[in-house]
Amino acid sequence: MGKILQKPTGFYDKFVRKPGTYDQVTHYCPGCGHGRIHKLIAEAMQNLEIGDQTVFISPVGCSVFAYYYFDCGNIQSAHGRAPAVGTGVARSNPHAITISYQGDGDLGAIGTSEIIHAANRGERMTIIFVNNGIYGMTGGQMAPTTLPGQITSTTPYGRDAATTGLPMKMCEIISQLDAPVYVERTAVTDAKGIMKTKRAITKALKSQKEGYGFSFVEILSACPIGWKMSANDSIKRIEEEMIPYFPLKTFKDEIADRTPRPVVPVAPSQEDVLKALGHDQKEEILFKNDKKFIDDFTTQKVRIAGFGGQGVLMAGTTLGMLGMELGLDVTWLPSYGPEMRGGTANCHVVLSNKEVGSPVVESPNVLIAMNEPSLVEFEPSVTPGGLVIVNSSVVVGKCKRSDVTVLEIPMTEIADSCGLKAAANMASISAYLAFSKVIEKDQLVTLIKAKFKKKSLIEQNVAVIEAAYKYVSDHVRG
Amino acid sequence: MKREFIKGNDAIAKAALLAGCTQYYGYPITPSSEIIHTVARVFPKAGASFVQAESELAAINMVYGAATTGQRIMTASSSPGISLKQEGVSYMASAELPCVVVDIMRAGPGLGNIWPEQSDYDQVVKGGGHGSYKTPVLAPNCPQEMCDHTILAFELADKYRTPVYVLADAYMGQVMEPVTFPSEVAKVEKKDWALYADKDSKHNLVTSIQMNTIEMEKVNIRLQKKYQEIVANEVRFEEYCMDDAEMALVSYGIASRISRSVVDELRETGLKVGLLRPITLYPFPTLRIQELSKRIKVFAAIELSNGQMVDDVKLAVNGACPVEYYGRMGGAVPTHEEVVSQVKGFYKLYLA
Amino acid sequence: MTNDDKDIPRVEIIPEECKGCELCVTQCPKDCLYMSDKINQFGYNVACYTGESCTGCGICFYACPEPGTIKVFKK
Repeated sequence: MGKILQKPTGFYDKFVRKPGTYDQVTHYCPGCGHGRIHKLIAEAMQNLEIGDQTVFISPVGCSVFAYYYFDCGNIQSAHGRAPAVGTGVARSNPHAITISYQGDGDLGAIGTSEIIHAANRGERMTIIFVNNGIYGMTGGQMAPTTLPGQITSTTPYGRDAATTGLPMKMCEIISQLDAPVYVERTAVTDAKGIMKTKRAITKALKSQKEGYGFSFVEILSACPIGWKMSANDSIKRIEEEMIPYFPLKTFKDEIADRTPRPVVPVAPSQEDVLKALGHDQKEEILFKNDKKFIDDFTTQKVRIAGFGGQGVLMAGTTLGMLGMELGLDVTWLPSYGPEMRGGTANCHVVLSNKEVGSPVVESPNVLIAMNEPSLVEFEPSVTPGGLVIVNSSVVVGKCKRSDVTVLEIPMTEIADSCGLKAAANMASISAYLAFSKVIEKDQLVTLIKAKFKKKSLIEQNVAVIEAAYKYVSDHVRG
Repeated sequence: MKREFIKGNDAIAKAALLAGCTQYYGYPITPSSEIIHTVARVFPKAGASFVQAESELAAINMVYGAATTGQRIMTASSSPGISLKQEGVSYMASAELPCVVVDIMRAGPGLGNIWPEQSDYDQVVKGGGHGSYKTPVLAPNCPQEMCDHTILAFELADKYRTPVYVLADAYMGQVMEPVTFPSEVAKVEKKDWALYADKDSKHNLVTSIQMNTIEMEKVNIRLQKKYQEIVANEVRFEEYCMDDAEMALVSYGIASRISRSVVDELRETGLKVGLLRPITLYPFPTLRIQELSKRIKVFAAIELSNGQMVDDVKLAVNGACPVEYYGRMGGAVPTHEEVVSQVKGFYKLYLA
Repeated sequence: MTNDDKDIPRVEIIPEECKGCELCVTQCPKDCLYMSDKINQFGYNVACYTGESCTGCGICFYACPEPGTIKVFKK
């Protein structure tokens, strides 16, 4: 017995998901190109034996119901988003054969961004792009691929290129990108056209099966009902009107030049996660729990301000981290966003033996002003009796408040004298702690030695701490 | 257990990995960007996957695709980005796909600015996209909860097959506090509805379309039943100084931190003020507020918006007592003194 | 089906599934298909095989948009 050409096994035996009683026929109109293309895909799935691993994505368009027919994993998705959905599928299940089946409105209008970027990333997926130049499902409106002069329900006087642009040539656009491995345009017209389409679909899916990336097959296809003509006339229209505008050819075929990508499943192990988070090391306890220290601690509301690059934020996190290690409740809130890139930075730090409410320090009892504008801006907010520490290396003006204690510390010079000009921030918090005595010097040094990320700079930072403490004891009466 | 002095945003990214999240899809936006930065740095090292999408729309649809595989998936953004993501969240609610969406709220409407607001309440708590759906919404008020709620969000998402929001404000994203992380990665069960791209799972279908009205109504009824179950089981809130309170402040996120300090101060002056902090905004602690309204003389919602959560307080109170509101907009965060003065005003009005 | 039938190329069209688009009829190179007057339950005129001169080329199978309406027995 010879071969029988019949319904491919890529289709379900019965279309039970399709509503109604006729579970053998499609929902497509007579002569519709979708049915012909579906058959070629189902046949390729059968021949390549990929039905089990295929995930078929059908976004909005007449083919949104493709899941009635294909015997594989099926996802229906939002209009135009199938390449993004496919990206999610392909990244999560790299062994999947991902097919994104899209119409022209879907791919060339609402989903332009998604298709361009999925193609540009070279996602592991095959796009079947059905170009019939019209919105079939929604009632025959203009598509991005509608031909000039073509009458549709939204171009009742014919598409006017002057106001609506010319039809989008998607193969031409996609093939300009480096990542796609295979880009071809065919047409389901006569036997020859159908066979070429069959070869293109098979080639695209086979390349994906073998581990190559993104492939794109555009198929010119008939919409007899939308075009308001017979099925036979619509085939003629493809040949006579569409093909001259949308040339049929292989735009790109680099399969032979590429290397297949290995399938690496996404499965982080606990060990890898903990290591990546830096949680695989045993926790070091820096200080013994000192109940008396905590009970006696007076809440510190600190505002540190300066210009970007002075280490203002880091001065704050160092204080915060020190507080945390000592068993205090601590918060740190930075300025952020474009404001910082404009050059100023400030942060709020609260250290307390009680649960901190708002992390916002409106009225600090400690202000560290690393530059002049910071002093001017925040000086009025300091609570009476508070402490204002000024970087006298930079700030020329004087604090005008008479109800606060002012410390003028040449922070930049102190840091510079230790060979690390950038450590003025360390000088600032050292001076603060040296004067206020709320936390011991040794504790700050212990923290820096244990937690400072740039190990090579620890020694110099410790020198800055010592120098700042010395400056305070030499120059300031406590 | 591992303790870190860490930003709320960073805590979310790290907690996601510990929750068993394998993939993150996102688009940068201030003030949530530290999440995508930390993900980009840490996820690939752990063998998890990260894609910087071309848009918020693409990101949420990548989440849609990835979630069909039964893995734990996350995205994060800030208010304008959440407006864009609403499409995908509606589709996921309908297709019953789990995922975690983090919203680090900033000021609006429009581009607004990058400072904190809580004005996404309506668009996140009330569904937000098209259709009759809801999503559980968790409202952390400190970095520790940014961690804990992210992990809880993944659990709820899987349990109820739904997107779950972690709704925080810019300050919660930016603030650094001590956070203790769990020492184990959560176990994720295989799902019987997911598509594993294999023979056993290939007849599963992920869809949100149903042309038959009665069938689509059935989908809706199933979703509503699920929401009833969530309302019955998942309400979370915290009470502070409520035992003898005559006035109750209601606030969440950064506003609840301010409210707490305000309660402390007013208690010192003898005012019987307490704080009810909803931890889940959906489901809202409606029953508890209803119960409290029998003895509380006045409720005051303190929130960083034009008064969005206050509507839910009013619905719960249902006229049993007055409900006041105080808030700021535009990224302005009310000062402690400002709230103290407002609350004293309400107290005088109803309790003097 | 008899043993003899197996060697003869032929077409089988399920009339209940035909949508009457005529693509198979037009594209058959041997003109061995025709549109009959018979109308199926959908109200379409259905395509039929004349019963002779089919070469089993399969063109009608691919021309038909329906998945299993046409079956072609090759030699």
